[in-house]
Amino acid sequence: MEFTQLWDKLNKRFPERLTLATESGDKQIQVKVDDLIAVVDYIKNDSALAFNFLRLISAVDTGKEFSCVYHFYSYQHAHGLILTVSLNRANPTLPSLSSRYATADWLERECYDMMGFNFLEHPELRRILLPHDWDGYPLRKDYQQPAEYHGTKH
Amino acid sequence: MNDFIQSLFGPNGVNVWIAPSSTWLLATILFTGAGIVVFVWVALMSVIGTYAERRVAGYMQGRLGPNRVGWFGVLQPIADGIKLLGKEDLIPAGAAKWLFRLAPILVFCGVLIPYAALPFSPRLVVSDMAVAIYYILAFEALEVVGVLMAGWAPNSKWSLYGGMRLAAQMLSYEIPMGLALVVIVLFAGSLNFQQIVAWQQTPMMGIEDPNILGWGIFRSPACFVAFFIFFIGGLASAKRAPFDLPEAESELVAGYHTEYSGMRFAFFFMAEYGAMYLVSALTAILFLGGWYGPLPLPEGISPASLVELWNTNTAGQESFWSACQAFISAPVVLTTAGAELIGFINLAGKALILFFTMIWIRWTLPRIRIDQVMHLCLKVLLPLSMIAALGAAIQIVIMN
Amino acid sequence: MALNTEKFISQVNDLSAQGNLHTEEILVNMGPQHPSTHGVLRLVIQTDGELVAQAFPQVGFLHRCFEKIAESVTYRQVVPYTDRLDYIASMNNALAYVLGVEKLMQIEIFPRAQYIRVIVAELNRIASHLVAFGTYGLDLGAFTPFLYGFRERELILSIFEELSGARLLYHYPRIGGVAKDIDAKIAADIRAFIKTMRRTWPEYNALLTENQIFIKRSANIGVISAENAISYGLTGPCLRASGVAFDIRKAQPYSSYEKFDFNIPTGQGTKGQVCDCWDRYWVRMCEIQESLKIIEQALDSLPEGEIRAKLPAVLKLPAGNVYLPCENPRGELGFFIISDFQPKALRIKMRAPSFCNLSIVNKICRGVLVADVVAIVGSLDIVLGEIDR
Repeated sequence: MEFTQLWDKLNKRFPERLTLATESGDKQIQVKVDDLIAVVDYIKNDSALAFNFLRLISAVDTGKEFSCVYHFYSYQHAHGLILTVSLNRANPTLPSLSSRYATADWLERECYDMMGFNFLEHPELRRILLPHDWDGYPLRKDYQQPAEYHGTKH
Repeated sequence: MNDFIQSLFGPNGVNVWIAPSSTWLLATILFTGAGIVVFVWVALMSVIGTYAERRVAGYMQGRLGPNRVGWFGVLQPIADGIKLLGKEDLIPAGAAKWLFRLAPILVFCGVLIPYAALPFSPRLVVSDMAVAIYYILAFEALEVVGVLMAGWAPNSKWSLYGGMRLAAQMLSYEIPMGLALVVIVLFAGSLNFQQIVAWQQTPMMGIEDPNILGWGIFRSPACFVAFFIFFIGGLASAKRAPFDLPEAESELVAGYHTEYSGMRFAFFFMAEYGAMYLVSALTAILFLGGWYGPLPLPEGISPASLVELWNTNTAGQESFWSACQAFISAPVVLTTAGAELIGFINLAGKALILFFTMIWIRWTLPRIRIDQVMHLCLKVLLPLSMIAALGAAIQIVIMN
Repeated sequence: MALNTEKFISQVNDLSAQGNLHTEEILVNMGPQHPSTHGVLRLVIQTDGELVAQAFPQVGFLHRCFEKIAESVTYRQVVPYTDRLDYIASMNNALAYVLGVEKLMQIEIFPRAQYIRVIVAELNRIASHLVAFGTYGLDLGAFTPFLYGFRERELILSIFEELSGARLLYHYPRIGGVAKDIDAKIAADIRAFIKTMRRTWPEYNALLTENQIFIKRSANIGVISAENAISYGLTGPCLRASGVAFDIRKAQPYSSYEKFDFNIPTGQGTKGQVCDCWDRYWVRMCEIQESLKIIEQALDSLPEGEIRAKLPAVLKLPAGNVYLPCENPRGELGFFIISDFQPKALRIKMRAPSFCNLSIVNKICRGVLVADVVAIVGSLDIVLGEIDR
């Protein structure tokens, strides 16, 4: 399915709830945090969409706002879809997809680890790449590198 | 007392060189001397074994192997030995210290003690006991006790796994291996190596001098099957690939010797190569004609002891020097000594070919899993060895 | 020789419930220093004797802050860092990154450069699969295949050394093209390698693939259904072994892969169930043959021309974002690049195939033996440099 068809279909199902990002490059569809689960359930289970493969979850900090970007793909129909969710900078909370896509478990843990996103209902939201007692979320633009860690200075 | 000592040595034991005047003091000296010789032999086997192993592996894998220390790298094992001597002797915290120290010694003893009954040539044997096979099997199990200790003592989980695996593995391979021996024992009618080897020279199916055809392995289909069962069991008992699970380096780091370093590790190492030669030599003696063939033994070997030979061949000589000359040039001494030498070459040659086969297998096959070892040994080899033993019994009944 | 683990566990549990048998589960730390965890992976294994109840992978020991560094250096300077992610397949990594950047810049790459990229990527794929072949044998206790694999890999490394001057971290694909042209000598070397590889490939099978012990150790172990494979985001040989014939080189061709004729090998369950360890191994072995086909076609039809587009000294990508998936030897690799028209990227997020492939370990390592954990982790063919980034 081409992107325009996808967009039409989604727009018809969720009228007034989705917005199309207008930057160059890959086309993204912006979803509100509250709608995320409904949209994902729809695109996963609808037989004409069948996005059964969650490629990537990226936590993004543009300096102004947080967003979470989901790359989906469908093996049946060979089409892709990108959803973005804008998050509250003070309290970046969003629902977890780990019960729908098993791969989301680790991908969301990485987002938590690096950017401090709080995924609700995640089975074990703890750090994955960094040590468990690391302070702060390094990929945030306002992150201050700690002067030392367990006696090791950089 | 002398009778007891005599019975310890057996008719062809070390005392054959001095007998019949053995006393307990002489016996002690002889046993000690023989022990040192055997120890040197085991050490030599581990030196040759490591060198051969690394060169053969190198050749099989299209690389060179050690070739820097000495001529073609022959001194590499010695360099390794010196390196191991210089290593720090570590005992992990929380280890059962005495068990930890005892384990390598027990493992090494478990390999060394069976050598007492293992002939190297027709009469070059420490003790030619009547129950040699029984004795060897019994004392080989001592090694397992050592390995279990080594698995338990260091307080390491990997070691524990290695010990556990060995326990399971031993229960599996010992039974078919023992039953494979029963086949040979039934045919030869003896537990003594001299008689088993002699049986392999008896006429067979109308052939007066069967030579190679008379070897245990060709005597009967049951023996043929038993040979493979015994060799597979031998691989398992020497913990060689594909049965090297107790020390599986890709799974258990190094298994039961994970925590050992320096000379303690070297003892495990020597025990492994000692066990390899032990199993190879046993197989050669039981199934491959022992010291007979391919090189023929000379005729006219004297059954007399060294003292008797000396006395009869040096009679009438005045000086010690001329007595020596007369002794060395006596034909009966020459043939007897020659027979020993040829017998030794025959036996060691066959054993070393099997030794090489073990190395060859090691660098070719992947490792099997513990449940597969037990499946193979208990569900495949055990019934097979039972059938072989039964077949052997039936064959003996029918042929007699 | 299926192990009836369920029955065994329930028997043991019954006995211990009756108080007749004192059993205790052991927690074993496999790694980060362990011979067969392919780097610094730590697996915390909960075992009941040799039976594994759970295996928790712990990653991050090799974390080198790639994504943070990528935000602080220019687009060109990121390329050498990508080499160091999956250090077994550096060419493919750098290629995925430069393709992403080029897509956002919307520049055309000269056909010759595209073909050269295909050649080096496929050569590196073979080298990577050879390492996978060798280390998998090593995991199962067969040492010799490892050196067989490295013998042929050596030829590839020599070709790469000629091309880029390096043997492991090449920095060869550049934004806009490649660093050096393939001359007649290198082309001859590659053709000689193809010949050698075709000759030695059956040797590998005789030594390892068809070995009964190897089949017993890998068939019916670590079975991943297609459903699970998709849900856990498995890609590459692991996904294809599950029976999903998906290859990005076919589905979303990049760097003119659409011009080459090759097959997608999938798991057929030849020696056991579909997508057991043997199938994953076999898919990699078959991919070596397919890669040889691609290299041969690319060499035969290598277009003449330039190899590098002229680009400004300071690269400023148009504001926007791009994600271009590429078929790495280990699976789908892609760089999600967000640009805000600055010399440095706003955000570079990498999809690491091994990271997703590893996440299924706890799912398939339940009720297997300790030795099988090694077989399963080996069959996933992970590289920790890429998982930890």
